[in-house]
Amino acid sequence: MSIRQISVFVENKQGSLVKITDVLASESIDLRAMSIADTQDFGILRLIVSDTDRALEVLRKENCIVTETAVVGARLRNEPGALATVVRVLSENGINMEYMYAFNGATPHHAYVVLRVDDNDKVEALLLDSGIKTITEEQVSEI
Amino acid sequence: MAERYWQKEIETASREEIKAIQDERLVKTVKHVYDNVEMYRKRMDEAGVKPEDIKSIDDLHKLPFTTKQDLRDNYPYGLFAVPTKDVVRLHASSGTTGKQIVVGYTKHDLDVWDEIAARQLYAVGADENDFIHVSYGYGLFTGGFGLHGGAGKIGATAIPVSSGNTDRQITILQDFGSTVLCCTPSYAMYIAEQVKAKGIDPKTLPLRAGIFGAEPWTEEMRHQIEEMLDIKAYDVYGLTEIMGPCVSYECSEQTGMHVNEDHFIVETIDPDTGEVLPYGTPGELVFTCITKECCPFIRYRTRDIGVLTIDKCSCGRTFVKMTKPKGRTDDMLIIRGVNVFPSQIETVLLRMGYSPNYKIFVDRVNNTDTLLVQVEMTEEMFSDTVTKIKEHEKALEGELRSLLGIGADVQLVAPGSIERSMGKAKRVEDKRKLIGG
Ligand SMILES: [Zn+2]
Repeated sequence: MSIRQISVFVENKQGSLVKITDVLASESIDLRAMSIADTQDFGILRLIVSDTDRALEVLRKENCIVTETAVVGARLRNEPGALATVVRVLSENGINMEYMYAFNGATPHHAYVVLRVDDNDKVEALLLDSGIKTITEEQVSEI
Repeated sequence: MAERYWQKEIETASREEIKAIQDERLVKTVKHVYDNVEMYRKRMDEAGVKPEDIKSIDDLHKLPFTTKQDLRDNYPYGLFAVPTKDVVRLHASSGTTGKQIVVGYTKHDLDVWDEIAARQLYAVGADENDFIHVSYGYGLFTGGFGLHGGAGKIGATAIPVSSGNTDRQITILQDFGSTVLCCTPSYAMYIAEQVKAKGIDPKTLPLRAGIFGAEPWTEEMRHQIEEMLDIKAYDVYGLTEIMGPCVSYECSEQTGMHVNEDHFIVETIDPDTGEVLPYGTPGELVFTCITKECCPFIRYRTRDIGVLTIDKCSCGRTFVKMTKPKGRTDDMLIIRGVNVFPSQIETVLLRMGYSPNYKIFVDRVNNTDTLLVQVEMTEEMFSDTVTKIKEHEKALEGELRSLLGIGADVQLVAPGSIERSMGKAKRVEDKRKLIGG
């Protein structure tokens, strides 16, 4: 059920980020979500895109360091407290979360959240039990 | 395959035979330089040594050393032992600091050079059927012409590509069917990277051996090049002052390079005291040329640190072997009072799965030396979480600390961001020197 996330190594240098987004744009690959983890030396750009295979291919061709991770994507109603529910479910069940980030879909009614956890299946089951829908890779391209 | 030798008789001679040849040739050479080179005559007179006092190689230690500074002081032709009408070739080496040095070769000297390069080529299994792709620079630098001459000697097909234009190098590897590649190890690595980037399967290339030298490199780098290009990678040693590449040459055993002892006497000395060290003890390599006519330098101090061994070699050659030099004493960094060779850092990087593309920055901040190692990130080391990457960084820093004995900072940079070299790689930037430290 999980969705595919691409991470790209970004040097802390002017222009590194632009290079990556330009490459994707020139190949008409849409960015669904994007988040960046920053350290003093480097950054990790995390992306959910419309066409993961092609994005990996073009980024590698441009000599980028990339890795693919299976993450959980959850669809939330775009209203206050929706995200808090997710966080509560995870914490109540002792799930350790590496990181998370949210993004909006095309319609104003829903927001999406990406969760990086150790056991995707377990988390998806927990979310479903709490009435939170998770999304599949196929659904990503329709967002 | 049975071992093949270019000159079996001398390459597998008994130690007694080798000594007898060296005795005779040393005596002759010492007389030659005493008669024809003012500096040697003066030095020997000052030391109270007459040419007649040198009866065998057991007397070698009585002779004064020759240093690179002597070559600079007598620039350009002051140490030539023959009139320039007999000189048919000049080569020069600039070095990173100071005035360039120049050496001359007579026709006989070039013949010797071709011969020792031929021994190297045969030792890696090449013969007249091979295509020798020479990517060392052709010019004043000795790299290109050395292996080129050897290829001609054995009747192989020389491809004098010279260095640079990596796309063209790869086209030639494919189209001309190069079987033996000769260049610096760092350039071999770069070619290997580009072969991979182009999606070329190395197994489709006829290339089967590489002769790599002119800069210090590590065993780990050898393995990586061998794997990436699907070849056997051999080490070769030489320096302009003594001849150029092939002063010593590696054989099928790949555990060190046989010194061409019928042309050069090798010693290791304590670099501080000048005392001669026994085999097996690391020390500065010192060479005495015993067949050259134009520049037969006596006890030339290379500033390279190596170890000599005389153990029986599986290839059957009897010449003394020298290990891959750990580095030049000139390249040695003294950081917080600890001696560090860039090659030690390379060993750690490759052992830990990083790329051999790295750069070392040394600086002095608040009167303390700092050491920063920049290395390119690889896909294997990359992760979507900061924690994982930091773990890798910490592990690398830990390894560096335990091997070097001092702490080093590691900075992971984007692939391709560290400058590639077509010749000798510039691995170190010591900013302390800029402030007169
Ligand atoms: Zn051998």
